[in-house]
Amino acid sequence: MEPLTNTIAAAERKSGRNRRLPTEFGILAVLIGIALLFEALGWTLRGQSFLGNEQRLLVMILQVSVVGLIAIGVTQVIITGGIDLSSGSVLAVSAMVAASLAQEPGYARAVFPSLSGLPFIVPALCGMAIGAIAGLINGSLIAITAIPPFIATLGMMVTARSVAQVYTRGQPISMLAENYTWIGSGAVPVVIFLVTAVIFHIALRYTRYGKFTYAIGANPQAARVSGINVNRHIMLVYTIAGVLSGLAGLVTSARAQSGQASMGLGYELDAIAAAVIGGVSLSGGAGRITGTVIGTLILGVMTSGFTFIGVDAYFQGIVKGIIIVAAVVADQYRQRRRRKA
Amino acid sequence: MLSPQTFKTVREAGVVPNAAYLLEVDNVRKAFPGVVALDDVNLRVRRGSVHALMGENGAGKSTLMKIIAGVYQPDTGTIRLKGNEIKILTPLDALEAGIAMIHQELNLMPYMTVAENIWIRREPLRFGFVDHGEMNRRTAELFERLAIDIDPSSEVRDHSVANRQMIEIAKAVSYESDVLIMDEPTSALTNKEVDHLFRIIGDLKAQGKGIVYITHKMNELFTIADEVSIFRDGRYIATHASKDITRDQVISAMVGREITQMFPKEEAQIGEVVLSVKNLSLAGVFRDVSFELRKGEILGLAGLVGSGRTNVAETIFGVTPATGGEIRLDGQRITIGSPRDGMKAGMALLTEDRKDTGCFLSLSVLENMQMAVLTDRYVAAGFVQQGKIDVECGKMKDAMRVKTPDLHERIENLSGGNQQKVLIGRWLMTNPKILILDEPTRGIDVGAKAEIHRLISRLAGQGVAVIMISSELPEVLGMSDRIVVMHEGRVTGILDRAEADQVSIMQLAAA
Repeated sequence: MEPLTNTIAAAERKSGRNRRLPTEFGILAVLIGIALLFEALGWTLRGQSFLGNEQRLLVMILQVSVVGLIAIGVTQVIITGGIDLSSGSVLAVSAMVAASLAQEPGYARAVFPSLSGLPFIVPALCGMAIGAIAGLINGSLIAITAIPPFIATLGMMVTARSVAQVYTRGQPISMLAENYTWIGSGAVPVVIFLVTAVIFHIALRYTRYGKFTYAIGANPQAARVSGINVNRHIMLVYTIAGVLSGLAGLVTSARAQSGQASMGLGYELDAIAAAVIGGVSLSGGAGRITGTVIGTLILGVMTSGFTFIGVDAYFQGIVKGIIIVAAVVADQYRQRRRRKA
Repeated sequence: MLSPQTFKTVREAGVVPNAAYLLEVDNVRKAFPGVVALDDVNLRVRRGSVHALMGENGAGKSTLMKIIAGVYQPDTGTIRLKGNEIKILTPLDALEAGIAMIHQELNLMPYMTVAENIWIRREPLRFGFVDHGEMNRRTAELFERLAIDIDPSSEVRDHSVANRQMIEIAKAVSYESDVLIMDEPTSALTNKEVDHLFRIIGDLKAQGKGIVYITHKMNELFTIADEVSIFRDGRYIATHASKDITRDQVISAMVGREITQMFPKEEAQIGEVVLSVKNLSLAGVFRDVSFELRKGEILGLAGLVGSGRTNVAETIFGVTPATGGEIRLDGQRITIGSPRDGMKAGMALLTEDRKDTGCFLSLSVLENMQMAVLTDRYVAAGFVQQGKIDVECGKMKDAMRVKTPDLHERIENLSGGNQQKVLIGRWLMTNPKILILDEPTRGIDVGAKAEIHRLISRLAGQGVAVIMISSELPEVLGMSDRIVVMHEGRVTGILDRAEADQVSIMQLAAA
């Protein structure tokens, strides 16, 4: 019996408010607000424009493209009611494996001297396959053994990081071929990030895959009773998240022109932060890729803006932390207001 | 006006005058943005009486109770306890003033013990530490008084919903309040437990307490209530002594229209056997369940809570695959290992618990309605054919008379009855040959109930084979062609419509 919610529905009907603005508008306003704040600070403190610099804007998005890619995968995982802590480590393993297969032809100290000079497709597919395997292991552990996603992916996070180190005994992999590094050059990472975002935005909104993802997050039992193969779907979602971490690994190693075991350290948390700032609910069943993209951009604008106005990098975390918590508090407040009116 | 703390002091000092009424609520109004949930509502509860509140979902009963229990603040109006006007700002204020509420949703903490749950915030202390021995002893004492047989040191999560309800009731009693508010306390209880609850209520009455009792069940009203107040659309309609009013009068006051027949059973052509179940077993839960289901037939599945009737339904559909026995569909033996298999066999299962296993609360009405059929149809190359399915869902919404401003409304904003209609709609979209309904009308209002009954009858008339589980005997008796009765995991009898009555069913159910 919910007289209250009835009355709210009735109230919204009367005042014509039932066509609510998408939640993304609020976050978009925050993004614009932060950008304008830096614009104003730029003119006051440095006498120049923050936004009126194409190069800076490109670098800004470039810096967060990798985190953004991971965040797209993590968003889907969070919508199913899960979490993925392994993405940063999986990124590192993929980066190492792909880099080892993409070294300059004839480079004497290559990891696999006989395998140098391979076409781009080989390291690219191998890197993403590593991601897929890691994701499938995550998904299978969660679906079959029913351990909490936090634990399964925490295990993967620790294990995968170690695998990345063991792979070359901690040695970085350098001298990557040009037919590989293009994927990290110029605006290519930005394009990859945005294209991936569009693909998964469409997938979540218009395909059965998307509907089932939301259904499982909203109520796994009801999803199962509705005939959805919940276990298989969860494996699929984690595998996709793994592939995106692998793709992020390719981009990272290509951009750095090397593979290092420490790559992507802490990215999983930035990605989760981007999703959460973007309005993805950690309790599952709600959230959109558009929100996550805006959340990612907010992280980018802050990093770039602080550097621009000359705030010490050490201070940036303080503000970032506050923004993350504030975003969730605002979201909770909004939800409560909507429910209780 | 007294603060609850002052009132508490006065109450404990025993100097509160004996006013005619224990609880008096006058001219209470409560508006939420854009709508008035309660308009000029009155309620008077006498000492040592049970005062029932009746009304359809959305009538304002729960809002009123939440105001009395301090969950909401009224916009205007007064509340007087034993003649003193008091202002209740929080649930704690209400408790201190002597008003305890048993909420419809159970509010127990599953990982804490029964005793810890009951004495929370009032734990007996010893050297600053919680004295568990004393707490368990007090609980045992309380349970003995109420004749409840539950181990105080066991954890709540190990108990059935019915037991949890009894624990909630014991907790409310432990506050020694003057006024107890019970919001549909029997919805999860079996008849035996209901009798037990009524005995407890009788004792409380004898001690001079006032009980406000919200219910949808007409027979309870006439069994235990002394007075009944009826609400409709946020307005107070009338108060009557329950002995001076008839069932039909209550119903028509509630709905504002006459409901001539509650169970409009239509004659349906009963055809060949569609489903036959033989010696079906689920290890440790039920065994040797056999029955046949025919086209156009409504087969009632009766039994006390815990008799295994829900498990049988879930096993046939594939939620919990059988560990023994066989299921035949149109004479062919089939294996059902998952709900997907059940759906492929043309079955649909409306689960018992709307909130737990039915609704996707954070999703829209539309998404809730389409989720099952999407496993099979309206998808091309992975993409949902949204235009097509929207039209179908719109038709289903109209056919089911779901009251919602639009299909994109979140389902959690709908009343229970409308949620249930959406869920039934979800299954009808799959065109099932066999429809299994587990408590299809639990916790929903009279109007929606009658609509659902009519719908079930009509579906049977169209040749759908229906299995209906219900705890309400009149519903089972009114709707079913045959009734399978279960007791402790076994079928104790199958009765024909002609030979079944409340007594014959209860004899088999409690056998």
